[in-house]
Amino acid sequence: MRLHFEKRKSLSIGALFLVPAISFLASLLLTGLLLVAFGADPMATYAAMLKGAFGSGRAFTETLVKAVPLMLTGLGVGLAFKLRFWNIGAEGQLVVAGVAASWVALFWNSWMPPFLLLPAALLVGCMAGALWAGIPALLKTSLKVDETLVTLMLNYVAILFAESLYYGPWRDPKGFGFPGSAPFPDSVLLPHIAGRAHIGLYFAIALALILWFLINRTRWGFELKIIGSSHKAARYQGISVERKILAAILLSGALCGLAGATEVTGISHRLQQGLSVGYGYTAIIVAWMSQLNPLAVVPVSILMAGLLVGGDQVQMKMGLPAAMSLVMQGMILFPMLAGSLFTEFRIRRAGKAAKDAQTMAPGGAA
Amino acid sequence: MTESTRENAELLVEMKGIRKSFPGVQASDDVALVLRKGEVLALLGENGAGKSTLMNILAGLYRPDSGEIRIRGKLARIASPRDASALGVGMVHQNFMLVDSMTVAENVVLGIPKLPFVPNAARIRREILELSERYNLKVEPEAFVWQLSVGEQQRVEILKLLYRKAEILILDEPTAVLTPQESKELNAVVKLMQAEGKSAVFITHKMDEVMSFSDRVMVLRKGKVVAEKLTRDTDPRDLARLMVGREILFCIDKRPFEPKGLVLELSGVEALNERGLPALRGVDLRLRSGEILGIAGVAGNGQRELAETITGLRPTTAGAISINCVDSTNASPMSVIRRGVGHVPQDRVAVGVVGDMSVSDNLAMKAYRSAPLASGGVLRPKRFLELAKRMIEAFKIATPSPSTRTKFLSGGNIQKTILAREIEACSSLLIAVYPSRGLDIGATEAVRKELVAQRDAGLGVLLVSEDLEELAQVADTIAVMFEGRIMAVMPACDAEAERLGLLMSGAIPAEV
Repeated sequence: MRLHFEKRKSLSIGALFLVPAISFLASLLLTGLLLVAFGADPMATYAAMLKGAFGSGRAFTETLVKAVPLMLTGLGVGLAFKLRFWNIGAEGQLVVAGVAASWVALFWNSWMPPFLLLPAALLVGCMAGALWAGIPALLKTSLKVDETLVTLMLNYVAILFAESLYYGPWRDPKGFGFPGSAPFPDSVLLPHIAGRAHIGLYFAIALALILWFLINRTRWGFELKIIGSSHKAARYQGISVERKILAAILLSGALCGLAGATEVTGISHRLQQGLSVGYGYTAIIVAWMSQLNPLAVVPVSILMAGLLVGGDQVQMKMGLPAAMSLVMQGMILFPMLAGSLFTEFRIRRAGKAAKDAQTMAPGGAA
Repeated sequence: MTESTRENAELLVEMKGIRKSFPGVQASDDVALVLRKGEVLALLGENGAGKSTLMNILAGLYRPDSGEIRIRGKLARIASPRDASALGVGMVHQNFMLVDSMTVAENVVLGIPKLPFVPNAARIRREILELSERYNLKVEPEAFVWQLSVGEQQRVEILKLLYRKAEILILDEPTAVLTPQESKELNAVVKLMQAEGKSAVFITHKMDEVMSFSDRVMVLRKGKVVAEKLTRDTDPRDLARLMVGREILFCIDKRPFEPKGLVLELSGVEALNERGLPALRGVDLRLRSGEILGIAGVAGNGQRELAETITGLRPTTAGAISINCVDSTNASPMSVIRRGVGHVPQDRVAVGVVGDMSVSDNLAMKAYRSAPLASGGVLRPKRFLELAKRMIEAFKIATPSPSTRTKFLSGGNIQKTILAREIEACSSLLIAVYPSRGLDIGATEAVRKELVAQRDAGLGVLLVSEDLEELAQVADTIAVMFEGRIMAVMPACDAEAERLGLLMSGAIPAEV
């Protein structure tokens, strides 16, 4: 019996769901081997992780706290990836937006009516994220500068810029020397749902729905799909490719920016260390695991957030290195990428394929 | 070698029971083939008949699902082109496999297994020149491949095989890119190789080539051998019937030529190609509604650039273009589309369609902007499907369903998809660049009929073609292009193949 790969004629719905699920199981298996090598019981570890992430109301709200920035950056990154614009600068866009929202929160309350302060902070945050993504987008569309490098480098610029602020001019004089700005006024804080989970969750879910609609049901999304497949074909269809890319990347940056703005107004309530914890990078995994489908970003983000929160538990309860949850994140990506082969292809026995072909109607000849 | 001895000569290749399948297609279905020493075998068949697949198996690019191959009587396992080369089998592919930035000599020796670390350039040059002398394949060993014309590149491909001492040469549609003169030269080269006892298989779907090149002909249809004959025992009509499985029309009914208002006018248009070199040099053209203007010429003489400048995809550096008597020099692609211009591009797979999107999406790629497919920026999937069903029916596009991804359609059906969309969207000017290139007889006939129907309906049609037969059948007026210039414009009824051929190859000076 000989096996060979065969390209699928159309995407199978089953494969679309099964492949990520099986890939995830494969990654658990791989990580399990690693845990055994570290002398830990894999089943006990996974149980601890599950309990730590979803086992109680408090655990679940903590998972949601981490899921919100993952959803927003995951949506942003996924949108860029749909255009084959490799935006790996979600982290920087998030941080810059956090800074911008903090600026509004700290300095605009002197003149702005309190009820406008929160919307203004979120909006300015989005704009800052859009601007930060706009730089590489503009360089790419006008000068063909590679976006991968520019978006990555701008992350460091953003992170160091934020540090220079909360270590420097924005440092709270009443903060006992801790690095961080003064606390935000109450009017700019995001309302909470339960525990620390805030209404950013509603924003993220609504935006996932809106983005899905935009991509799949509008002219704009139709054009994005064409551009994402081939710039040449898009140009031939009369689409102004550069302008469309620029607009979509601004939106991508704005989504990542909203993640930063909700982090400072919903969680830290001030600009301080710990704004950059790698959500923007985990977003890349989220985007690929969701197969660039905005709707899938929501559950995938909750899963990844569970992994992060559960990972912390493992560290405390099982005495494993903290890096273990990061290792697991990486372990998820590999089977995922390998798995995407199976959504495009299927494995068949050589003889069977030949028989099927004979019974099929002619006309599809290559 | 006389013909009768050739028929009894040593068996070089025997392929038996060859089967090969691709998704949904049995490309080779229990095929047997023999090739004798000193023989030229023609493989004739429509697109998708399995000619290239069979030869790619012999050349080591594909592996058969089952079947056996014997070379000089010995069972052969051909797992790679290198294995094939070691057995004396070499193939010239339809798309040449040369490295543009390297010289002819470098390309010829590239990939030779036992090349010394520091090759003896002088000796290689001498050997190449000897070969090119012997087979009358004129090339300059030091020239870079990107400097060569398509015909010259083909000579390099053939030299590559001869340099590797190939005894069995496979030529995949070798004349598709050549001028009539170059085809004659190629024929002479093949005859020279044959005289030295080499054998050749050539793939084609042109009858006249079968008659002039080959000793024996095998006709394939849907992966099966339907006939095998000595060329002298058959004739084009017979072969055409075998190939298509039915009688075919060689002419198209056309209403008398009654041109009306001016649709397109170019005066002194100049443009550059990707390398920044002049691609169009002072092009003057006029096209009226109800007229098919055929642009004759060998591919690569500015035809693609011509279509792209008119449609706004390539900037002009001088001159003026007007569409429907409105200036549209350097207009955006969108505004050209809005003026009712349809464009069937040269590169149909990479430009004409988006392979990863469905047939229905591709059919809608012009109409999606407005009602009924969209209202207020929101798409209406039901209307997409309705449009797709109607167009699939009207243009007889063979697809498993409207939601099938377009890259799985055959070349002919991809072309029908593009044609359907462009005709639907177009109201004044239809530009078709090599619309029937690589299509089988059935699809070619459908495409040509559609162009004539659009002309009869009052469109102006600009038809770029390299097939003189097509131009003679379809066009009302023929303009010949060579090196970016219009060499002559003439009514189609006055055109003679010989004179067109000479103009196309620049052998006689421009007449306009």
